[in-house]
Amino acid sequence: MAQKDDIYFWEGAREGRLLLRSCAECGRIAHPPVPMCPQCHSLEWGTRQASGRGTVYAWIDSRHPSRVESPSRIVALIDLEEGVRLVSNLRDIALDDVEPGLPVEVFFEEINGHVMPQFRVMEGRA
Amino acid sequence: MSNISDTAIVGIGQTEFSKDSGRSELQLAAEASLAAIRDAGLSPSDIDGMVTFTLDSNDELDLMRCLGITELNWTARGPFGGAAASATVQLASAAVASGAAKAVLIYRAFNERSGKRFGQPDAGGYAAMMGGPDFHFAYGLDTPAKIYSLWYQRYMRKYGVTSEDLGRYVVVARDHAATNPAAWYYGKPITLDDHQNSRWIVEPILHLLDCCQESDGGVAIVITSADRAKDMKNGGVRVKAATQSHRFGGQIMFDYYRDDLAEFEETRTMSERLWKDAGLGPKDIDVAMIYENFTPVVFLALEGHGFCKRGEAKDFIRDGHIRLAGSLPVNTHGGLLGEAYIHGVNNILEGVRQIRGTAANQVAGAQHVLVSASRSGMILGPL
Repeated sequence: MAQKDDIYFWEGAREGRLLLRSCAECGRIAHPPVPMCPQCHSLEWGTRQASGRGTVYAWIDSRHPSRVESPSRIVALIDLEEGVRLVSNLRDIALDDVEPGLPVEVFFEEINGHVMPQFRVMEGRA
Repeated sequence: MSNISDTAIVGIGQTEFSKDSGRSELQLAAEASLAAIRDAGLSPSDIDGMVTFTLDSNDELDLMRCLGITELNWTARGPFGGAAASATVQLASAAVASGAAKAVLIYRAFNERSGKRFGQPDAGGYAAMMGGPDFHFAYGLDTPAKIYSLWYQRYMRKYGVTSEDLGRYVVVARDHAATNPAAWYYGKPITLDDHQNSRWIVEPILHLLDCCQESDGGVAIVITSADRAKDMKNGGVRVKAATQSHRFGGQIMFDYYRDDLAEFEETRTMSERLWKDAGLGPKDIDVAMIYENFTPVVFLALEGHGFCKRGEAKDFIRDGHIRLAGSLPVNTHGGLLGEAYIHGVNNILEGVRQIRGTAANQVAGAQHVLVSASRSGMILGPL
């Protein structure tokens, strides 16, 4: 559930922007967000819009454990250019074609009533 | 002032391990607890402390009402799910060492197969469960197998660990369970082909047989001072050291935000503290009980504890070291894959049996046993 500390992320997603929480004092990015900066202990936060570009670090096929025929989706760890790791889904790619370091970029889609960042292979790399 | 090493496990108790206990979780807790108290030669009125997991559904006062315990002066619960398994002993032993309690009962009991299954997504779906988006569940990370697999992949790729390598551990665990009458998979060993042919639970990481069981059952342990243990019915098993290690940047379950997910520093730093406190090293350990919700954890733990070098667990296992006749028998009861998944506390009971000399798969002359659950661990030894 969206909490006070991460509501900026989902508001950004609705506007088609991938926002990261950055400390207003020292600029450190915290993801997942926390209410206090562990570096300077500031409680003041701003947001920084990520480029939306990154690379694949790890991935799995997410399928219902006992309904083998159920639809699946690829869940991946994406290392963003900003040095932050994000959990998201990889779309428009077969499981066997995913590899570490694959360059990907963000797009946004409504899933189960919520606009969420999704990733696909960077244009020109497919 | 006394230390954790001045405490001892003096009683162990358990119910049968099944897939449908047919009774309440509180009844399982009460049965296992009474068995542990009687195993120690104590009566319920001797218990003045209780420890369990934050996740346990059994209220301390309800269990007190079952057992007829007069007064409790210490309660504590360990967080972090299965990582609390070995922490329970640290919490109980610290209470006894400090004088906060004289005899502490540890319990863990659940209907984790016939009731709420850990291995299945929430029946209402993750969206209904969370009530909105979040950074993990909403993307499809809705079972522990998926959640953990997402970081196991880095370890497997970095060190060239294959699914067959994983299967070689499972074959050993199931061999051990096959000769342990208390194990759910008693009399049911598997082959490497069985492992490879079992269906994917999380492609490309975990087959079905890499996953721990879902089990119904209860286990309990009684801890008191080592001095007092000398006069107890079954003697005692000394808690030579018990500790935890949690590090900045780590998370439970969704532990994705450390720089290099191929390494699991918590096990290494937890082990260093154990070796220092116990005055022992990896070569002194006769038997190891390693928490394995999923096969890859055993590999990370063998390396983190220092039983072999980084990336060499696959060779250590292939060379037979973890078998009963090997240099370091591991999970001699069959582990959480083979015996039952009582959240890792059943591993502690097996450690105690090995030192008592009463295990179904007894390792001759076992003196020092390491029991661990990734972030928490202990070394058990003779009084």
